[in-house]
Amino acid sequence: MGKVNSIVIAGNGINCEMEMAHALRLAGSDRVDVVNIFSLLDGDIDLFNYNFLNFAGGFLDGDNMGSARAGAVRIKFAKIKGSEERLIDRIVDFVEKGGLILGVCNGFQLLVKLGLLPGFDGNYTEQKVTLTFNKLGRFEDRWVNLKANKSSPCIFTKGIDKIYLPVRHGEGRFVVDSDVTLKRLVEDNQIVFQYVKGNENEYTMEYPYNPNGSILGIAGICSKDGRIFGLMPHPEAFLHYTNHPRWFREKLPEEGDGLKLFKNAVDYLRNS
Amino acid sequence: MPHRIEIFLKNMELDVLGEKLKRRIKRDLNIHIDRVFTSDIYNIGLELDKNSLYFVATEVFLDKVINDYSIDEIAFRDANYYLEVGLLPGVTDDVGRTAEESIAIALNINSDNSFKVFYSRGYAFYSDNITRGEVERVARDILSNELIQGFRILSRDEIEKSNGSISAWFPQVQIKRDIEVKSFKLSSMSDEELLELSKSRTLALTLEEMKTIRGYFNQVEVRRVRREANISEDITDVELECIAQTWSEHCKHKIFNALIEYEDLSTGQTEKIDSLFKSFIKKTTESVREEKGERDICVSVFSDNAGVIRFNERFNLVFKVETHNSPSALDPYGGALTGIVGVNRDPLGTGKGAKLIFNTDVFCFASPFYDKPLPPRILHPLRILEGVREGVEHGGNKSGIPTINGSVVFDDSFLGKPLVFCGTAGILPRVVCNDKGESKEIKEGDLIVMVGGRIGADGIHGATFSSEELHSGSPSTAVQIGDPITQKRMIDFLLVARDLCLFRTLTDNGAGGLSSSVGELAGLCGGAEIDLMKAPLKYQGLNPFEILISESQERMTVVVPQNTVNEFLSLSRKFRVESTIIGKFTKTGYFDIKYGDKRVGFLDLKFLHHGNKQMHLKAQWKRKNIVPCSFDKPMDLGSVLHKLLSSLNICSKHYFVRQYDHEVQGGSVLKPLVGHEDIGPSDAGIVRPDLDSFEGVVVSHGIVPRYSNQDTYSMAACAVDEAVRNFIAVGGDPDHMAGLDNFCWPDPIESPKNPDGRYKLAQLVRANKAVYDICTYYGIPLISGKDSMKNDYIWDEIKISVLPTLLFSVIGKINDVRKAVSMDFKGAGDLIYILGLTDMRMAFSEYFYLMNKEFETEVPLPHKEINRELYYRLHNLMELGLIRSCHDISDGGLAVALAESAFAGGFGADVEIKDVPVTVPMREDFILFSETPGRFVVTIAAEKKDQFENLMKGVPFAMLGFVNNSPNFLIKNNGSILVKEDINKLKESFLKTLDF
Repeated sequence: MGKVNSIVIAGNGINCEMEMAHALRLAGSDRVDVVNIFSLLDGDIDLFNYNFLNFAGGFLDGDNMGSARAGAVRIKFAKIKGSEERLIDRIVDFVEKGGLILGVCNGFQLLVKLGLLPGFDGNYTEQKVTLTFNKLGRFEDRWVNLKANKSSPCIFTKGIDKIYLPVRHGEGRFVVDSDVTLKRLVEDNQIVFQYVKGNENEYTMEYPYNPNGSILGIAGICSKDGRIFGLMPHPEAFLHYTNHPRWFREKLPEEGDGLKLFKNAVDYLRNS
Repeated sequence: MPHRIEIFLKNMELDVLGEKLKRRIKRDLNIHIDRVFTSDIYNIGLELDKNSLYFVATEVFLDKVINDYSIDEIAFRDANYYLEVGLLPGVTDDVGRTAEESIAIALNINSDNSFKVFYSRGYAFYSDNITRGEVERVARDILSNELIQGFRILSRDEIEKSNGSISAWFPQVQIKRDIEVKSFKLSSMSDEELLELSKSRTLALTLEEMKTIRGYFNQVEVRRVRREANISEDITDVELECIAQTWSEHCKHKIFNALIEYEDLSTGQTEKIDSLFKSFIKKTTESVREEKGERDICVSVFSDNAGVIRFNERFNLVFKVETHNSPSALDPYGGALTGIVGVNRDPLGTGKGAKLIFNTDVFCFASPFYDKPLPPRILHPLRILEGVREGVEHGGNKSGIPTINGSVVFDDSFLGKPLVFCGTAGILPRVVCNDKGESKEIKEGDLIVMVGGRIGADGIHGATFSSEELHSGSPSTAVQIGDPITQKRMIDFLLVARDLCLFRTLTDNGAGGLSSSVGELAGLCGGAEIDLMKAPLKYQGLNPFEILISESQERMTVVVPQNTVNEFLSLSRKFRVESTIIGKFTKTGYFDIKYGDKRVGFLDLKFLHHGNKQMHLKAQWKRKNIVPCSFDKPMDLGSVLHKLLSSLNICSKHYFVRQYDHEVQGGSVLKPLVGHEDIGPSDAGIVRPDLDSFEGVVVSHGIVPRYSNQDTYSMAACAVDEAVRNFIAVGGDPDHMAGLDNFCWPDPIESPKNPDGRYKLAQLVRANKAVYDICTYYGIPLISGKDSMKNDYIWDEIKISVLPTLLFSVIGKINDVRKAVSMDFKGAGDLIYILGLTDMRMAFSEYFYLMNKEFETEVPLPHKEINRELYYRLHNLMELGLIRSCHDISDGGLAVALAESAFAGGFGADVEIKDVPVTVPMREDFILFSETPGRFVVTIAAEKKDQFENLMKGVPFAMLGFVNNSPNFLIKNNGSILVKEDINKLKESFLKTLDF
């Protein structure tokens, strides 16, 4: 049985780290550390003490130059104190050694802007897709229905068919650099979650069910081997039924839908 | 020469911000433009060669998937008009600052203020018919505010002439002058000269106060001490400004502490009130605490930046609500943003520092559809609405604090000044480092450390800058703009430092800047000395007094013991937060202010904090005549209901709510929008701040300024009752609630330009009496509050005063969030009840306002004895799990509450009103639309009927009917149909008004 050691990155505008850590604890992670990104950059904490790296939602650098852009510049260019390595080098190394990465909302924006997703051909530093301003041009907090791609290699979504989670973003519209990229995402089943209308099975482009105008209704994608996963909706915001907007009127299981994603990740690491 | 990198979208279809702007130009200015495209411009004050520029453009700024860029050239050379909007010198530029950091990281150079980057925005207008004048209107009325921003417009011809090349927008602050400290020989000044000095420096000190200061500085003993201290015997500008800040209405609440002669002209009675604060606010808390005895929930009240009450074994709750009205009138976005990030620092600066768990916001505006000419310098209410909404959005969302409760109130008196209330709650551990969390103890020798942002000329009023004419190098001082990310880093750092026991206590730098924060803390310890030269500045050239009173944002003053200061400073560096030791605490009894080696201020704390005399004011109350109302009952009450649902004060505020993150931190229990389609307006907000516990925090509020048209006693009583009712409606524990009062008043001091000052002061007295009467009766301790007393607009002959407004907020506990109740009907067959007593006091109700008649019946007033009993009963029923839905009856009355619960639940209703408990026989339209406080619409499962009715015995209630599984919404009186509507149509009416 493998140990599950989770690190949740915090600081510099990230703001969902506490509920992310809570989700990991509930999911049974053996160790959960909330670590400020500057501690990684200063070399105080070694990423290799962990096997599950979590980028929580928030506003890295206030999203001041576009979501997660300044955050990506920092990870890409800043050298870790006392070393010639950059943080991105460590993260790529972490991926290659079998670690899991989850990015939610601003964390997902960061993953695509770094190039960790979609990570075609093991190239984790080339940006192929992006998340830009919602079609309506505004931030919105609303719950959305998602369908999972059963053929996806994503290790986080095993056993999940449909899921209901909140989105809370202004820049969540998924856009690709070319049709080739889109085709590849589809063919390699790297599309994990798509927005659907109610209980339907086809993705939707209709607002507000697709809240941001994402192409093919894409809400989340993974790397080809399914170990890096990013999504705009917030699984850590639905851990208990009282988080559900209609728990007052619907009979719901004690555990929220979002927890399943974290449990899958923990199980995967435990058994690998 | 600075360089300019412009980033735009390759695929114009993705330019949603351009599209949104196009829509807004049409909506707000009725100007049609074919296409609008936008760009981000980074103006970089760094010598860079071509390759480096290319590198910066592509690696730092460009999103390769969607963006393209141009360097030192306009991106849209074929536009009919090109507009660039940028900031004026000295205005907070958070994007520019982030760009500085990012460029420095990418180029591996030192960013520490070694070069500047300024952010501006480009707009390209494509439309053959558009004129330069129209573009200018867009620039002035939508995209820029002359107080903080500038713009330039280029036509296609002009762009062609320059071949597209354009200089950078580079608003660097350049102040060329000698640093100086002035002193004033007050003893030789006449009364006129004293007043002129106060006025010319915008000190807002009265002649009385100026004389007090003169008297003090004339004392032989004072002059001797000053000679020995090696400071000019005459008062320095540093001291004068420091006293003015400390004695300001904003900091000292002089009106609330005044001696007031109150005369009721209708009864002839007079009374003397020695401080409204002591006689009503503080006294409320004292008597409630005494009566509660062991069950008292107060921990720290009125003494710190925010009030503190008990929560559970581990945490106490901290709450504060502030207003930011004047800044929001000038710059709605910046004013509201600063309002929210500013109030964040109050719980953060309470005791040893609280973690922030939610925000609340309440806005009062004039109608966004206001179509009469606007008085000079007043911004259109729609523009204020959009700016304020966005400022609170950015401030709250970017700080990771959920906005869980609020409201928007409309009345055209708020044209004079919008009211912007921002609240923030936090949790404070009961024990921090073996000490009480709320402790504010300071020891002699502790260091004064300024943490966070740097000091600029922001928010210095009446200083030389604002009396100079604005020129290209002069900083904009009128408003401050918050920078949420700088504050977020600071908060992250301080909470970690707190738990590592690295500091003793802290306070925020808000109004008055260092003069207030250090001045107040010095009062706790018995002295302080600071060196203003050590304080880090945004730019050089500030005089010592400006450094002392600057209101630059994102700063805390932290008390750090000498033995932990090194660790504190190194942790601060780790979090990329600037911390600077600027002085230490002493026991000398003086606030000792130096600038380098030179002593520039030496103020006896006793004089500083207690030297000003109590104001004496007169208040005169005359009750307005009550004219019985008479108009015929409208034939079609269904259409009245539609109109009420779509009226500004009742209609859905989803446009605001959706754009605020109300769920971050993971503890969301009751959201602002509920029901089967998430459109029902919740009565209150509930969160779990501790995810390992089911204990929840409930927050609610009440606000009914319109009732002030007749009597502020009723207005205040109804505001308190509404807040409590909302709190109870969702499951809050009536034994565990606390109140916060925010008074926003028109100037209540009589003067030639304010002839009805006595009446307004009487209105204030009456509101205070009501708060005392209701709160002591309901057992609500007041834990913190704030007043804002000059909410008027005066320009030549035009005077607009806001309606006297009390926002009453309630914070408290629900012991188990799983027992919370929402307002939407839950299932067909459920029985519908009304709880509480309905009466005829309906003046200034939404119904009468809608009917547009000059009614002066009485305004509503709570039946407090009945209500208190009812609230306890209802809470008990909720504890037993009997209540399926509960909705407070307020604006628009019973019919509106029923309709909201019905369409929120997606069910119809069959209602009979003949048994509604009333004080006197009432007309059926009055029963439907009366706003008598203290009533609810609740539903229960049919099988619980007997149990429910038994437990309700003795309080007024009646069964109205049942929930049904159809879209039909039916209200009958004695069998005859009054309203027959489709809930989907009612829902449409509710949603459409503010569906921008």
